Amino acid sequence: MVDRMISCVEAVRHLWEFLDQGLPDDANQAVEEHLARCVRCCGELEFARKLRGVLRTATAGQLPDDVRGRLAGFIDDLDHAE
Amino acid sequence: MLTASDTAALQQLARDELPGLYGLARHLAGPNEAEDLVQEALLRACESFGSLREHRAGARWLRVILTNVWRDRVRKETRTAREVPVDDVEAFSLYRVLVDEDPYPYSDTLHLDFLGAFTDGDVDTVLLRLPPRYRAPLVLRYVEGFATRQIAQLLELPLGTVLSQLHRGRKLFERAMWDYADECGFVARRDAARSV
Repeated sequence: MVDRMISCVEAVRHLWEFLDQGLPDDANQAVEEHLARCVRCCGELEFARKLRGVLRTATAGQLPDDVRGRLAGFIDDLDHAE
Repeated sequence: MLTASDTAALQQLARDELPGLYGLARHLAGPNEAEDLVQEALLRACESFGSLREHRAGARWLRVILTNVWRDRVRKETRTAREVPVDDVEAFSLYRVLVDEDPYPYSDTLHLDFLGAFTDGDVDTVLLRLPPRYRAPLVLRYVEGFATRQIAQLLELPLGTVLSQLHRGRKLFERAMWDYADECGFVARRDAARSV
C-alpha cells in the first residue's frame, strides 16, 4: 500500500514513464494502485502504449535516392579526409 | 590520421548505418540540414575512430557523435535566436479529446482507428512540427532507444530538465497528432457534423 492515493491527472502525467519503467518505486506503486481501480486510466495507458509504438515507426523509409547517392559518394571520399 | 584499414572499417560502418543516421539527423535537425549534419558527423567520426574500442558498438557510437554535432550547432544558434514560446500543454490528453470529440461515432475501437489513419510519413511530419528542444529527447528516447540518463549526458542537460522536456514533448506530440488529423480530415469534428 502507498501512503496516498493519486489523482487521474497525476497518474496520466506519469503513464509514459511508467511504461518506460523509469519511475521511482513509490511512484510506480502509486500508479499501479491507481490503475487497479481506474478503468479510464487503464484506457489511457493502453493508448500511451500504442502511441509509443507509433513514434517508433516514424523513421521508416526516410533516405531519398539522391541523398543516398551523395552521402555514399561522401563516404567513399572519407579516405581523403584530413 | 587513420590507417587504411581503419578508414575502410569506418566507411563500411557508415554505409551500413546510413539510413538510420540520416533518419536521426532528419528528426533532430529537419530535412534541410540532415544531409549536412550526417557529413559533419562522419568527419568528426574520422577524428575519433581510434576511440572506438568495440566495433560492434559502432552504430550507437555514430549516433552519439551525430547527436553531439547537432547539440553543438543548436547551442551556437540559440546564443542569438530567441526561445520559441510553447503554450501550456500540460492538461492535454489525446485519449480524452478523442472520447469527447468522438470522431468515429460508429466505431468500437475509436483510439485504434484514429492511430490507424496515420501513415509512417504522417507521423514523421507531425514529429517534425515539434520544436527541436522537445523533439530531440523524444526521438532519442522512443525512436533511437537511448535511456533517459544517456540522453541527459548526450545533450549535456540535467536529468530533471530532460524528464521535463520528454513530458512536454509527449504532450506536444499528442496535440500535434490531433491538429494534423483535423487539418487532413482524418477526423470529423462534432461541431462540423452538427452543422450538416
